[in-house]
Amino acid sequence: MKPFEPVYIIDGARSPFLKSRNVPGPFSASDLATIAGRALLARQPFAPEELDEVIVGCAGPSVDEVNIGRVIALRLGCGNKVPGWTVMRNCASGMQALDSAIANIQNGRSQLVLAGGVDALSRTPLLYSDKMVMWFSRMAQARSLGAKLGMFAKLRLGMLLTPVIGIVKGLTDPVVNLMMGQTAENLAWKFGISRQQMDEVSVASHKKVSNAQKAGHFDEIVPLIDANGKVYAEDDGVRHDSSIEGLAKLKPFFDRKYGKITPGNSSQITDGAAWLLLASAEAVEKYKLSPIGKITDTQWAALDPAQMGLGPVHAATPILQRHGLGLNDLDAWEINEAFAAQVMGCVKAWEDPAYCKEELGLDAPLGTLDANKLNIDGGAIALGHPVGASGTRIVLHLLQILRREKKQRGMAAICIGGGQGGAVLVENL
Amino acid sequence: MNLKNWKLEREADGITWAILDTANSSTNTLGAEVMTELGLILAECEKNPPRGLIFKSAKEAGFIAGANIEEFTSADTPEKARVLIQRGWDSYNRLAAVRYPTLALVRGHCMGGGTELALACRYRIAVDEPGTKFALPEVMLGIVPGWGGMLRLPQIVGPVAAMDMMLTGKNIDAKRAKKMGLADECVPPRVMDNAARMLVLSGNAPRQDKLPFLQKLMNGPLKAMVASGAKKQVAKRARQEHYPAPYAIIDQWQNYGGNTLAVPADKPTSLDALVKHPTTRNLIRVFFLQDRLKGFGKDARNFSPTRVHVVGAGVMGGDIAAWCVLRGMTVTLQDQNVERIAPAVGRAAKFFEKKLRDKKAARFALDRLIADPKGEGVRQADVIIEAVFENLEAKQKLFADIEARAKPEAVIASNTSSLKLADIAASFKDPSRLVGIHFFNPVAMMPLVEVVAGERTAPEVAQRAAAFVRRIDKLPLPVKDAPGFLVNAVLGPYMNEAMKCVDEGIAPETIDAALVAFGMPMGPIELADTVGLDVAVHAGKQLVGDASPPKKLVELFEAGKLGKKSGQGFYAWVDGKAQKSGVGAGDTAILAQRMLKPLLDATQRLVSEGVVADAELADAGVIFGTGFAPYTGGPMNYRQTVGPV
Repeated sequence: MKPFEPVYIIDGARSPFLKSRNVPGPFSASDLATIAGRALLARQPFAPEELDEVIVGCAGPSVDEVNIGRVIALRLGCGNKVPGWTVMRNCASGMQALDSAIANIQNGRSQLVLAGGVDALSRTPLLYSDKMVMWFSRMAQARSLGAKLGMFAKLRLGMLLTPVIGIVKGLTDPVVNLMMGQTAENLAWKFGISRQQMDEVSVASHKKVSNAQKAGHFDEIVPLIDANGKVYAEDDGVRHDSSIEGLAKLKPFFDRKYGKITPGNSSQITDGAAWLLLASAEAVEKYKLSPIGKITDTQWAALDPAQMGLGPVHAATPILQRHGLGLNDLDAWEINEAFAAQVMGCVKAWEDPAYCKEELGLDAPLGTLDANKLNIDGGAIALGHPVGASGTRIVLHLLQILRREKKQRGMAAICIGGGQGGAVLVENL
Repeated sequence: MNLKNWKLEREADGITWAILDTANSSTNTLGAEVMTELGLILAECEKNPPRGLIFKSAKEAGFIAGANIEEFTSADTPEKARVLIQRGWDSYNRLAAVRYPTLALVRGHCMGGGTELALACRYRIAVDEPGTKFALPEVMLGIVPGWGGMLRLPQIVGPVAAMDMMLTGKNIDAKRAKKMGLADECVPPRVMDNAARMLVLSGNAPRQDKLPFLQKLMNGPLKAMVASGAKKQVAKRARQEHYPAPYAIIDQWQNYGGNTLAVPADKPTSLDALVKHPTTRNLIRVFFLQDRLKGFGKDARNFSPTRVHVVGAGVMGGDIAAWCVLRGMTVTLQDQNVERIAPAVGRAAKFFEKKLRDKKAARFALDRLIADPKGEGVRQADVIIEAVFENLEAKQKLFADIEARAKPEAVIASNTSSLKLADIAASFKDPSRLVGIHFFNPVAMMPLVEVVAGERTAPEVAQRAAAFVRRIDKLPLPVKDAPGFLVNAVLGPYMNEAMKCVDEGIAPETIDAALVAFGMPMGPIELADTVGLDVAVHAGKQLVGDASPPKKLVELFEAGKLGKKSGQGFYAWVDGKAQKSGVGAGDTAILAQRMLKPLLDATQRLVSEGVVADAELADAGVIFGTGFAPYTGGPMNYRQTVGPV
């Protein structure tokens, strides 16, 4: 394997994460990415036209934002000559964008790349059922007025009123046909994680976000202003009064009745965008940039889709091995909180001799990850998980934490629907 | 055939293209030579009739900009004007009468005689681009569209739309042209040539034949009704003794078939009367003054600003930012926090939607307006405009930071209206960098921007500032750093006098009516209420220096009645409108003269003190900065031609 040439993080920013209120949110995906990105670019010593490319991770771009990476690049004022493209690796799309930028910088194709991720899950469309699609098709073929009227006789109200919910489709594994929450139930079952434990982790996530907000620890956020002059300054999914009692009242959602995973101990459905500005050593020199950190390794891994939540374990472990590090040799960890059971499952997997041996080929388990180092300012259970954005957000915020605490090194890892994991090793400068 | 201004291209299929490329000019104009050559082309086509004749432009800039302005201005006697009109009228009648089909392919500006040429063709195609604009702007110069515009436009689009276009001189874009029937088609440039070929050979009936029956009636038996309606509309905006041209247009259409030459010379609506009327001369003067203002900033080399940073997101700063964005700039807008910036963004969003009438275009515009509470945009900005509250210390502190971070070639400007630029510049490391760029409220409406050179402002900085003002399509007026510069310094004494009249017991309604009758867009008392009585009190102290300010003003101010913004001032304000009762009796002309005197005196003083370079520029500044009755040609011209008041 070729040695990993570090890539510099010059700056980063993100939109506030806005919880879906079951209606299309106030901003489209490209709105979110544009507003956050242009503020980020406005504070650089170079013009947006000087970027080599813009790479955007997006799991569910809307139909009028095809190749959303290019749409955003143009909206950011990068001009006609800066290429923009879109990557899709489900929940890690935003991390894939970073890694694609890194690859291009390392092989010399690019020097200065704006990379990030976005999704506006509140705007995921409702789709017509197959029966309805067939009806439209036949209707289009009907030539005479009589034939057209005849088609209406074949129209059933049920066909119209049972749309396919795009977001449910998107959050269901297409191969093993499990909803993401059901894969988390698998982990809870496998590692014996109780409902009470999951809810405790969830309350902690809300508490940590709440405290971090009050302490002003989310200054990577660029406030949004809508066309009516309304300001959206903060992540709005956090519940400052979150409690075990409150969460206990929620019903299991994925395995109804007998399951343990509820909306309360899952990540929220949210709209958001996050960006990092990545540069080669040459570009740092050329534009006299002051990097805030560097990325010193990345890793992708794959596993059984039904266990997708353990992806971070499989991706982060090889990085630890390559650098000769133990779990707690790092100063901070971000493991994206898709589900409380899933983050806990990762911790338990590293503690579990059998899992470490059979799945990771390790002679001994890696041990217990210090809970005080994990998701220090909370995670997606409180902030939300705008699928494409999360992979970028955790890298950005990990660096924020390292800088704030004057610490050196951290890992950001994310689980990916479909049975994959991604991890990024970050160093403070 | 030897043509200097046209190219005639015959295609194998029998279509002929007449491509206008006016010699030694960046735009196509219709001077004597161009028109003579048009005659040659028509003669040639008479000998060898083409299957179709298509007119288009070889110029990047547009189709046709109108008459040759030098020829036009030298036609200052009725005899010369008659020759000029006759030439166009006859040429276009000849064009309109040819047996083969003709078509005008209009891309870019199509003004005056250009539109009249297009109207004389059987078909018109408007190319769907932002630059495509039809207009008959003659009325703005005090004259009439005498080359057949008054004859043909009503037949093609109906008399109501035609009157609206001719009486206002407004621009009609490509889509609107198609909608109103002025253009037969509106097509994108990629298919324009093909569309022109197909349409000219189509055999379609001309628009004249397709005019709806009611419109035909209005062109015929109902003419008098339409004319009287149009007259009423015009009377609301312009008095006949001040602006005879619109009345002449209505009369010539109604009674003379649109033929200016047919009106007897002794009629007040005749060409002779128009040419002799002082308004015509004055409006032409205003046109040239505008051109002169447009020339400022041309000396600034290597300066093409694209990024602007505005500090202060109040009404003024926010509107400046929105205007710059609309004109293509990327703008960072700074204020203490994002909540203070948000209302300006909301206002801008509505402004863009109204102006651009296209959701995507409005969105792209809004993308270029960046809320910037930390002032990060200073570093990349080409132009930095401060528009915070009028406090010297606050401004000095702000500029110290800006000067340290701005690019060396960036223009650093203050929009101050009441502070001395030199005082603000005192805190600069390099005071020659500060210039004043003074906008007027409402920014979107007011064409003038004062470019203020302080004692130490470097000339090239002022030139760059003027170039920027041009770049955002405003008219820059160079002024010196004296209290109130030009515009506020002439308005102050005028409004002061008006308020003194109120103290004497004259009703505000009477005062305002007198000045509106004179030709002001708004009376001085209503203006005071609109700018705010707090501003008026402050400006009074600074600009009039009167030991005894108007009593009523002080009284209202102390009672917190600040005019429009507080709902009560000299007038009560309901839904943004002043509630006025009846106008008192008396000679309004004498009353108007009393209030104009201080304005004219102030203008004269500022010219002699060199605050503004010369009388012409003073006139331009006061007209474009205050709306001062344009028919007068400006205050200095008024005093010189009408006599001292």
